[in-house]
Amino acid sequence: MLLNITTTHYPATDLGYLLHKHPDRFQSVSLAVGKVHIFYPECTEEKATVSILLDIDSVDMVKKAKVKGNEGFALGHYVNDRPYVVSSIMSVALSKAFSSAMNGKCKDKPELIDQKLPIEVEIPTLPAPAGGETLIRNLFEPLGYDVEVERHQLDEKFKEWGDSKYYSVVLKNMVTVKDLLSHLYVLIPALDNDKHYFVSEDEVEKLLKRGEGWLHAHPKKDNITRRYLLNLKSLTREAFSRINEEEGNAESEDEEVNAELKKKKETLHQKRLNLVVEKLLETPAARILDLGCGEGKLIKLLMKHNQFSEIHGMDVSYRELIKAKQNLHFDELAPRLQEKLNLFQGSLTYRDQRLAGFDAAAVVEVIEHMDLNRLKAFERVLFEFAKPNVVVLTTPNKEYNAMFEGMSDDAMRHDDHRFEWTREEFKNWVEKIAENYAYSFEIFPVGDEEVNVGAPSQMVVFKNGN
Amino acid sequence: MEIKIPELSLVVLIGASGSGKSSFAKKHFKETEVLSSDYCRALVSDDENNQKATDDAFDVLNYIAAKRLKNGLLTVIDATNVQKASRNSLVALARKFHCLPVAIVLDLPESVCAERNKNRTDRNLGNHVIRNQRLDLKRSVKKLKLEGFRHIFHFKSEEEINALSNINRDKLYTNKKEETGPFDIIGDVHGCYDELVLLLQKLDYQLDQVEYDNKQFGIQVTPPAGRKAIFLGDLVDRGPASPQVLKLAMSMVNTDSALCVPGNHDVKLYKYLIGKKVQIKHGLQETIEQLATETDEFKREVKEFIYNLRSHYVLDGGKLVVAHAGLIEEMQGRGSGAVRSFCLYGETTGEIDEFGLPVRYNWAKEYRGAAKVIYGHTPVPEAEWFNRTIDIDTGCVFGGKLTALRYPEEELVAIDAKEVYCEPVRPLHVNPLKENSELSSQQLYDDLLNIEDVTGKRIVQTRLRNNITIREENSIAALEVMSRFAINPKWLMYLPPTMSPCGTSTLPDYLEYPEQALNYYRKRGVKNVICEEKHMGSRAVLVVCKDEETALKCFGIEGEGIGICYTRTGRNFFNDAELEKAFLERVSYCLSETGFWKEHNTDWVCLDTELMPWSAKAQALIKDQYASVGAAATVVLPAVNKALEAAKNRGIKDIDAVMQKFTGKEGMMAKYVKAYRQYCWPVKTLLDFKLAPFHILATEGAVYTDKNHLWHMETIAKICQGDPDLFTATPYKLVDFDAEDSVKEAINWWEELTAKGGEGMVVKPLDFITYGKEGILQPAVKCRGKEYLRIIYGPDYDLPENIERLKNRGLSRKRSMAIREFALGVESLERFVKKEPLRRIHESVFGVLALESEVVDPRL
Repeated sequence: MLLNITTTHYPATDLGYLLHKHPDRFQSVSLAVGKVHIFYPECTEEKATVSILLDIDSVDMVKKAKVKGNEGFALGHYVNDRPYVVSSIMSVALSKAFSSAMNGKCKDKPELIDQKLPIEVEIPTLPAPAGGETLIRNLFEPLGYDVEVERHQLDEKFKEWGDSKYYSVVLKNMVTVKDLLSHLYVLIPALDNDKHYFVSEDEVEKLLKRGEGWLHAHPKKDNITRRYLLNLKSLTREAFSRINEEEGNAESEDEEVNAELKKKKETLHQKRLNLVVEKLLETPAARILDLGCGEGKLIKLLMKHNQFSEIHGMDVSYRELIKAKQNLHFDELAPRLQEKLNLFQGSLTYRDQRLAGFDAAAVVEVIEHMDLNRLKAFERVLFEFAKPNVVVLTTPNKEYNAMFEGMSDDAMRHDDHRFEWTREEFKNWVEKIAENYAYSFEIFPVGDEEVNVGAPSQMVVFKNGN
Repeated sequence: MEIKIPELSLVVLIGASGSGKSSFAKKHFKETEVLSSDYCRALVSDDENNQKATDDAFDVLNYIAAKRLKNGLLTVIDATNVQKASRNSLVALARKFHCLPVAIVLDLPESVCAERNKNRTDRNLGNHVIRNQRLDLKRSVKKLKLEGFRHIFHFKSEEEINALSNINRDKLYTNKKEETGPFDIIGDVHGCYDELVLLLQKLDYQLDQVEYDNKQFGIQVTPPAGRKAIFLGDLVDRGPASPQVLKLAMSMVNTDSALCVPGNHDVKLYKYLIGKKVQIKHGLQETIEQLATETDEFKREVKEFIYNLRSHYVLDGGKLVVAHAGLIEEMQGRGSGAVRSFCLYGETTGEIDEFGLPVRYNWAKEYRGAAKVIYGHTPVPEAEWFNRTIDIDTGCVFGGKLTALRYPEEELVAIDAKEVYCEPVRPLHVNPLKENSELSSQQLYDDLLNIEDVTGKRIVQTRLRNNITIREENSIAALEVMSRFAINPKWLMYLPPTMSPCGTSTLPDYLEYPEQALNYYRKRGVKNVICEEKHMGSRAVLVVCKDEETALKCFGIEGEGIGICYTRTGRNFFNDAELEKAFLERVSYCLSETGFWKEHNTDWVCLDTELMPWSAKAQALIKDQYASVGAAATVVLPAVNKALEAAKNRGIKDIDAVMQKFTGKEGMMAKYVKAYRQYCWPVKTLLDFKLAPFHILATEGAVYTDKNHLWHMETIAKICQGDPDLFTATPYKLVDFDAEDSVKEAINWWEELTAKGGEGMVVKPLDFITYGKEGILQPAVKCRGKEYLRIIYGPDYDLPENIERLKNRGLSRKRSMAIREFALGVESLERFVKKEPLRRIHESVFGVLALESEVVDPRL
């Protein structure tokens, strides 16, 4: 909403020339969703401050967001922080209001263009939801800014709600105005991982242009690029979000640790999938069912083997299936491969004729996403009615959680996990299934085993008949 | 001349080219009933005469014929059909769909056919073709009966054909749809005369001795007014008095006070009586001995009686089917050997059970038909509904009881056997149709729902609003939410409908005002409405049982406690199992203490409630959205105003309007923060919750949509008194549109409520379900307070420039959704208390969830 730029350069009134904005006038520039006002609360030869004030039309903004293909605007978004913070809209405003300055033009005093000035930037509300103070510092300090940060609580009446994602930030530096504006233009949206409204398609080029001369040397350049562009993801949400009461998942502020954990999980998943394929190849199975196929990672691996004549992927999430279809380039596949592959929506808690008669079913990291009291339905659907000859099933080993640093005892590896089993609990369940439905079984660890806690994940291979 | 054919038959026209089949068909059948091979040739090749297209053409013809027969429609095949092979496949098709093949032979002299052919411009077959066809036909005619045709009509000349004025369609004997009952349907009697008499008396039938004749056999039975008995067969064998039972049943059938379908024992007796060789086993011996003293004349009557029994009946407009051993949907109202055999013997798996008896295949497991099927044949310890079917043979002759089902009341009436007349091979307490379990067959079966019942485009029939269509994209969305997040579907008997706001206010400062809410009903002719305070919490549906035993008995749920509290999308309300348990137990205790269970003759209840505080369930939303906006604005607005002030003091011009606007925003933001804070308080223990029920939805056997809202409020107030620490009674005002004072009072009341920070009120017609000219009316409309709307439409929504634009809102979609969801919600409750199969309840509940994924402005 508000961003103040102050300089103590002498004469400070030069700021007016640099920005092409007369210090004694109240000036407004139209934006897509309101206006930006530019005015000077202070302007003497010793010190000048320019205020950039966003005057966002919230009603209009909501309407435009809807038009932009986001029909499923959840209620929360109508009460929106955008008008009160400094976000990507501020970047757009800066480039609109100060286009000459940003492009390094100054008609009246060209000598000022490359001159570094003592600058202080004050941003009362800067959102940094995933990254917090560390990220703010990591982004600005390498560029020479002296950074002061103060975080605000959510509601003084409800202290137990904790802090908000908003920071009051003061940045001090000796910097040219052109660089200053470029830094702000790129780094503000990079900090805010909320949806980025009203962006145009040439955003990549804009980033390259504004980052010219400094971004390539910035130690966090990858991070900045990724975040800046990530936030451009379209606002499309599906019908799902309207009925899915989101419970919200606060992301860890320590992004670095998160990223590493994520990477670890990725490699583990790859290992797991390879093992599933290996186990399936050890059987004569030709017609395979991938239950909970997600975006089709396992299917991709299975497609490489001629042994598997048919691969049927089922998932309860239609969006995942669309992703899978894209990832597998379904529409471009040769007709014979296309015939081999079948993706469909289904649910593991409903009896389903389509699941009958398969040689093998893979159920990879699926059951832990079901409530324990619904597991019984799944067992009957798979083992009593679908009855594949072979079932390869994996689920996390809870004991291994001790190896993940910073994970509390009762925490689970994923927000949506309803339970995680120890090796003992898993074995008990497997034995019960084997007995009730006349399957034989073998249990395998997935990933490297550690003393006392076992492997990160566990697998069972069931075979029909004792 | 007229001929008769069964109303559902496959009519095969047989005749050479030029014999006039098409004209014949055109004259006697509807255009859509006739499938012509020529036309099918044209469909697949653009040429009626293209002989190369014959195979494809017959594929199409057979496909359409199959669909028509499946749907129970008479079908005429207009093709030469002179060869045995082509007729065979048609007879097989008729058999597959259990309908009768009829042959109509147009056997005209070759000269006539040839002459007609010559006159056709589009086709000219050589005379040899016609000659060959005529030869084929001649060979065929005598064998048609052998091929399986049940009716054969042979026309040998043009005169004969022209003389045929009409083809009458005979109703199938099994079709008695026009008989709507009410009925008293009686299970297998097996010669238990005394029990039958007692049972009929218990059902208020009057029995009198009359002079013996061949109509009433000395006994006259008078049913209660309008009622009729139905015997499900197996009148004879094993028991002590088969001839008396026959006399009574025959008397009733002859005087039109009963219907009777045959059982396998009856049919076997018939075979014996006509001198066929049968095994004198399974109680036939007793019957033969008992008949020994009867006259030959009586035995002739018996023979004729059994011979004339129809395999089954379809009654009451197709809603009821009776058959001795039950009947699958595909066979209902059809006639074939297979249908008759199914009716008499049911299905067996071919296996033999531990008692040496054939294992019955329980056809009812897969039954999904619309008609209810009442049957007997297999003795079971208790009659219980299962997928809309019920076996009421409760083994009287084996020392069980003789059971009758009153229809449509669905009440079971039984008389215990006086003694064990026949020692059962399988002990009577063993139910061969069911696994050994505490649960009913239905509950066991309902353990697993079938995906076919929820996916794709669906049409749900509801009592309140006929057919409701669920679009495929909506069921796709609902399937994911239902599968991933919803509670055990056995609990899920209801999802609440969405609620539309009132029309937009014409007052300058208000988006919503009571006038429009009241007018919605007043304009539609409603006389009385009730205004209930709208609590700002989260919608919660509670299903609470007296104890875990009830959960098992009434819901078939084991080990999940005494109930559940779930959200408007079917999710568990509580994340903390201990807290949930304590909460439900406290509610259940309160219901016991206030005498609710006794008063309503139930062990469970389903309540529609609001559970407060809002922050308990919506914590994430409040923190991420509402409090965040407040936090940001509270920090930044003073800074903005400070900067503007400084600039103004510097003498900057043209700044006043902006200053005024932002100073205003600071004030609005304070109101906004105050607004959301009112609905938040920390929840540490059970008593930090406040529960405000507003509908008593259902209890055992009852849905309370027939009670008005005043009844609901008063009944709920009584419960609330039992535990005022947890329960909150909802304040309300009654409005009588004839008394302007009560209207004003309600408006003032709303002003007061909302001034104190209340969310607003809900206006409902006094009657739960109310109709207007346009059909069913909104079950409720909400009217929200000025301050509350700040958290819906944004802190500065009431700036003149904003409110003006926000007033432009359309309600029609929201309203249509609300009514459809309401109809589905009531439907699911009604189905639940009627103990319908779970799939039928789930279908409605699923529909509500699916409709909720339709796009609508969430601020409404």
